[in-house]
Amino acid sequence: MFSNFDFDVIVRALPYMFYQGMTFTATLTLLATTGGIIIGTMLALMRLSGFAPLALFAAGYVNLMRSVPFVLMIFWFYFLMPYIGQWVTASSQPLQVGAFSSCLITFTLFEAAFFCEIMRAGIQSISRGQMAAAQALGMTYPTSMAYIILPQAFRNMVPVLLTQTIILFQDTSLVYVISVTDFLGAASRVAQRDGRLVEMYLFAAIVYFVISLAASHMVRRIQYRVAIIR
Amino acid sequence: MAMIEIRDVSKWYGTTQVLHNCSTDVAKGEVVVVCGPSGSGKSTLIKCVNGLEPFEKGTIIVDGISVGDLKTNLPKLRARIGMVFQHFELFPHLSVIRNLSLAQVKVLGRSAEEADVNGMRLLDRVGLREHAHKFPGQLSGGQQQRVAIARALAMDPIAMLFDEPTSALDPEMIKEVLDVMVALAKDGMTMIVVTHEMGFARQVANRVVFMDTGEIVEDASTPEFFGRPRSERAQMFLSKILAH
Repeated sequence: MFSNFDFDVIVRALPYMFYQGMTFTATLTLLATTGGIIIGTMLALMRLSGFAPLALFAAGYVNLMRSVPFVLMIFWFYFLMPYIGQWVTASSQPLQVGAFSSCLITFTLFEAAFFCEIMRAGIQSISRGQMAAAQALGMTYPTSMAYIILPQAFRNMVPVLLTQTIILFQDTSLVYVISVTDFLGAASRVAQRDGRLVEMYLFAAIVYFVISLAASHMVRRIQYRVAIIR
Repeated sequence: MAMIEIRDVSKWYGTTQVLHNCSTDVAKGEVVVVCGPSGSGKSTLIKCVNGLEPFEKGTIIVDGISVGDLKTNLPKLRARIGMVFQHFELFPHLSVIRNLSLAQVKVLGRSAEEADVNGMRLLDRVGLREHAHKFPGQLSGGQQQRVAIARALAMDPIAMLFDEPTSALDPEMIKEVLDVMVALAKDGMTMIVVTHEMGFARQVANRVVFMDTGEIVEDASTPEFFGRPRSERAQMFLSKILAH
């Protein structure tokens, strides 16, 4: 059945797919994960704080992000951000936001909601006695969080955080809706230009599969390494 | 003047009152054992002393500073009162020596070297120097509790609070922890100890405070408490606990 497959088209497209496409996908995944974890942790702290306005804001944010289809979010940010930017900076014309920046902001904000829930679970998994012990030693709330609670919460949640990152890696392909050239976008372009849809989409699927599988194997190994001895 | 002064302290969880007008004093260098049936408010009372538990009524003065006062810098006060918990509460992600040095550096502002030297000195004192670079999870319960005592001592506290320090330990490990506490008492440390170890109480306590249902029922010198307890409740408690 492979007799009329043209694998050569894949080889010729490799540099384009990887240099341009995969670079975009990988950069977006890494930056959005980093930003998402930082903002997500802050949201989690807000949600768990006793201060009602902060907790309500964080809860509202998470619920909003989780109840809007992601594709809609990508659209929404891409087409509305220039106008929001214009309004914020009070300039006379819509702010120029590149496709990459727009994607990065969307993904970071969206992932932050998920990472918030993960970190919240992580923080709640640490016994209250740990906070009591830190405070009994004279540590302030921020010091206790920074040196005692968050490092443990983070380590407990590393497997879940990485799994979420793998999902994010796959989700980055959704940027096709604003015609950005990520890995799938690059494959798709070549496929349509050369009329080789089956080969290119098959190849793209295999690449996503291999990377995701390798990553989840890595997660399992890291899991043992970061586990806290109890 | 008393180092720790507890005056008419009452505390509620919602509508349930867990402490009823508790009053007692602890002088410098004194060792006070707090005992009583479980749920009698012993732990809650000593957690009020360093402000880990807020209380609604009364005053607690530690070394001239009011714990309940909203203007009091609680972290600063807590840094001067050592506390040892029933479940040790060592920081499992940090090595033993880091457990001892972290608060010295972050709270007292000591240099890392200074904190480590002091930490090693205290590990020596509790006989655990060779375990400095292990993690808490690699130690036995008794060893963990000794590390927890050393961690509290590393802050050079003016008094130490012990919240059932041996209740979570296997019998053969209780002694090694009590030995450290006895030595500490002999060195003149001011201590409030919540415990069921009546042998320890007899040996080192100057006074015994007996609590039941959130009240201080009896507050007597050790010989007096064990010799002829005045209240019926204390007599019943003693007969139960000393039965075998």
